[in-house]
Amino acid sequence: MLMLDVVQIRKDFPILTRKVHGKPLIYLDSGASSQKPRQVIDAMTHYYETYHSNIHRGIHALGEEATVAYEDAKKITATFIGAANWKEIIFTKNTTEALNLLASSFSSLCKRGDEIIVSRAEHHSNFVPWQQYAIRYGLVFKIVDIDADGLVDLKQLASLLTKKTKLVSVTHISNVLGTVNDIKKIAALVHANKTENGNTLLCVDGAQSVPHIPVNVTQLDCDFLVFSGHKMLGPTGIGVLFGKKKLLDALPPFLFGGGMVGSVTDQETSFGDVPFKFEAGTPPIAEAVGLAAAIKYLEKIGMQEVWQHDQELAAYALQHLRQQKDVIIYGPSSDKITRGFVISFNMKGIHAHDVISILDQEGIALRAGHHCAQPLMDFLCVPATVRLTGYVYTTKQEIDAFITSLDSVRKVFA
Amino acid sequence: MSFDTLAMENILDHYKNPHNKGKVAHPTLCNKEKNPSCGDELEVSAHLDANKKITEMKFDGHGCAISQAAISMLSDDLRGKSVQEVLSVKKEQVLELLGIDVAPMRIKCAMLGLRVLQRAILQHEGKNAHEISLSDTD
Repeated sequence: MLMLDVVQIRKDFPILTRKVHGKPLIYLDSGASSQKPRQVIDAMTHYYETYHSNIHRGIHALGEEATVAYEDAKKITATFIGAANWKEIIFTKNTTEALNLLASSFSSLCKRGDEIIVSRAEHHSNFVPWQQYAIRYGLVFKIVDIDADGLVDLKQLASLLTKKTKLVSVTHISNVLGTVNDIKKIAALVHANKTENGNTLLCVDGAQSVPHIPVNVTQLDCDFLVFSGHKMLGPTGIGVLFGKKKLLDALPPFLFGGGMVGSVTDQETSFGDVPFKFEAGTPPIAEAVGLAAAIKYLEKIGMQEVWQHDQELAAYALQHLRQQKDVIIYGPSSDKITRGFVISFNMKGIHAHDVISILDQEGIALRAGHHCAQPLMDFLCVPATVRLTGYVYTTKQEIDAFITSLDSVRKVFA
Repeated sequence: MSFDTLAMENILDHYKNPHNKGKVAHPTLCNKEKNPSCGDELEVSAHLDANKKITEMKFDGHGCAISQAAISMLSDDLRGKSVQEVLSVKKEQVLELLGIDVAPMRIKCAMLGLRVLQRAILQHEGKNAHEISLSDTD
């Protein structure tokens, strides 16, 4: 029994009525970027048509309306992820920029020989910034492996933690395997580790989790959380960095310029308060309005319901994919391991790019490649996989059509 | 991209039974690179004569039907060509060899083998190989 009224939900997404190569679009690439409901598109159009202005120092009516809308978006975002204070929400360009901000600022405060740990299953955005700033500041960059089920190996993580380990950054849900790390457990382990001046901190990459599963930073007890608007029904061009206020207060700015300063003299500048000191230049105002509309849309459905729908559809897709003798599925072999609506697979003897090119002819959109996770692909010993990712508008009929279309692939490569 | 044409059959034939697969013994040129967009790895090796003409060329690695078929066809086609001629090969010539309408997102697959070879030539001549991009679509 489906929890969501998907038929009704689909009516909100104008793009789902279009055809691709003469066939109805079947969009199974939401993990890369989700589609947008009319409510989000309308909120942004309404902003541009009626109250667009730059924010903060505009005393005029439009400036005030835009400022209120921008700060409301922060309040809505903070409530959505269970943050105590909207000033703990920093808007960035995307998840990648949020991680670059944190890696750059945080690493600059570390001493030579301090350690940063990430997992082998990270997206490049949660891997490369830490690796590169570790090189720049003489830090030790450590990698914790994943176990046979695709989850962060907690035993190994425990053995990697030392009093020099300043931060651990791991994904909540893998963008390749769909596996869900137990963040509460990881947070307890990481926070129990004492360093010279406190304890090790935890950053969570929520790019694949915040859109799909209830995420509460207070309950998870993570110190930092990052995610993107465009994967959760919102627009491109906006990402979020959540950080505990006292930690953000201690971090130096990332970008310099207007909007982030206190006072500026010939030779010195004092910086504004959190979050403004991390938001130099005109921020993504329309995108913040769009993100707020997306969050309201998701809250109306209910995140628990979104997650249940995801799990049910993922199980349905897995069940049918497992019946295909020529399909290799990556990730946990047991259905007892929770996974999101992210399924990576290959068809034996056929390159992932060829599979999706043929499916594209049927109007079916999937992604193939290394999914910006080359260290994980090396670990899996594959150059590329096909990845199916769904969302609130995905139907069982679409999964059926996708499974049937695998025959077209077989026909070409027979 | 249409898959039911004679050209597509030709592509699949090259993919399943590639020409000049392997490595040239004592190559003058050799370059192995990863396609930054899909992770496919391709090695191209070639032997040049005194006039800097390709006498033998082979390729190795793994990839999709488009990338493998393109370099298989090129390995026949470029034999006897000078390095200057190889450097001036354009996208249109590769697409003509393939004979199908390659979707914009797949053009880099079609061009991968040629780009790896062209970068091998630049490296051999002591020039900046990065003048030629692996992920371009031209």
